Amino acid sequence: MSRLLPFFAFVLLAALLGFGIWWNSAHDPTAVPSPLINKPAPAFALPMLNEPAKTVSKDSMLGKPYLVNVFASWCFACGEEHPVLMAESKNFGVPVIGYDYKDDPNDAKAWLAQHGDPYDMVIADTSGHTAIDFGVYGAPETFLIDGKGVIRYKRIGPLTPDVIAQQLKPAIAALQKEAP
Amino acid sequence: MTSMQHAPSSPRRTPGPSAFACPSIPWAPAFAGATKMCISLLVVLALALIANSALAQAIDPLPFRDHAEELRFQHLTSELRCLVCQDENLADSNADFARDIRHKVFELMQQGKNDAQIKQYLVDRYSDFVLYDPPVNHRTWLLWFGPLLILIAGGIVVVNTIRKRSRIAAPIASAPTDNGDDW
Repeated sequence: MSRLLPFFAFVLLAALLGFGIWWNSAHDPTAVPSPLINKPAPAFALPMLNEPAKTVSKDSMLGKPYLVNVFASWCFACGEEHPVLMAESKNFGVPVIGYDYKDDPNDAKAWLAQHGDPYDMVIADTSGHTAIDFGVYGAPETFLIDGKGVIRYKRIGPLTPDVIAQQLKPAIAALQKEAP
Repeated sequence: MTSMQHAPSSPRRTPGPSAFACPSIPWAPAFAGATKMCISLLVVLALALIANSALAQAIDPLPFRDHAEELRFQHLTSELRCLVCQDENLADSNADFARDIRHKVFELMQQGKNDAQIKQYLVDRYSDFVLYDPPVNHRTWLLWFGPLLILIAGGIVVVNTIRKRSRIAAPIASAPTDNGDDW
């Protein structure tokens, strides 16, 4: 028995290593869990991309659920996410707000003109200050905010058809069920 | 992992120095002038690169009130993780996002917030992950005390082995037929 002890220790370590490999391939190790889920979204007031004189604020959006999709013209992964949004954004049943993150407004306008505009409206956070309150650290990121202004779901990284079908749409459906 | 990765927030990347080829023909005196010119061009290019990296070092000329405040800022940002480049701290990172957070930390310092409040501000938004020192809680106890557990387990094994060996060795050592080969 005691002769087998080193062997068992080895098996234990190997199992630990295997678990680590499995865990890191099943989860994105660079994804930071958002502590903001089920917490009130931060207050924000940002100008609209196309009409900078108008601002959109958290208060003005209260009352119905909506999606906030953080994107930027410089963001490569946003280009991969974009066709998915173009195909799906009208099927969500909630308004989709584009959140133009740390971007030159002219670049963003040109980008949307070139690739299409899947958003119901686009707000511009040129400095990225408000994004810090949202816990944004890159693009794309997507937030689902309910009618009371509470963040209910967050996706870090691009929305894919799988993510939309398995996570986002169920989350929206759950919101719409509790709404009336 | 697919090719669709979360892009770090670095909107404006400066392009790296492009490949630079120089004709090097020392055996042809006719081209010596051109080679010399090329060398001086290389020197200028190298100097420009050095100047550029020196500029990159002084990324944040923040208006600190005094040296103590600057030291406090350096210490605080060195304990916070840059989320875009996760193996770097905020103080060392050149990422655009890190600069934004550094400015936020500076702004909070100017508002008179203490270190704990500033850390809490970031933890509220980016989770414990921003801290290089993970807090002790139910999710991290294995991280904190796991090594101790392994040490204790190893100690038990060592003590057991020594006891067993001394039990086996004891009769031999006391035996009168010691031929002196052991030592």
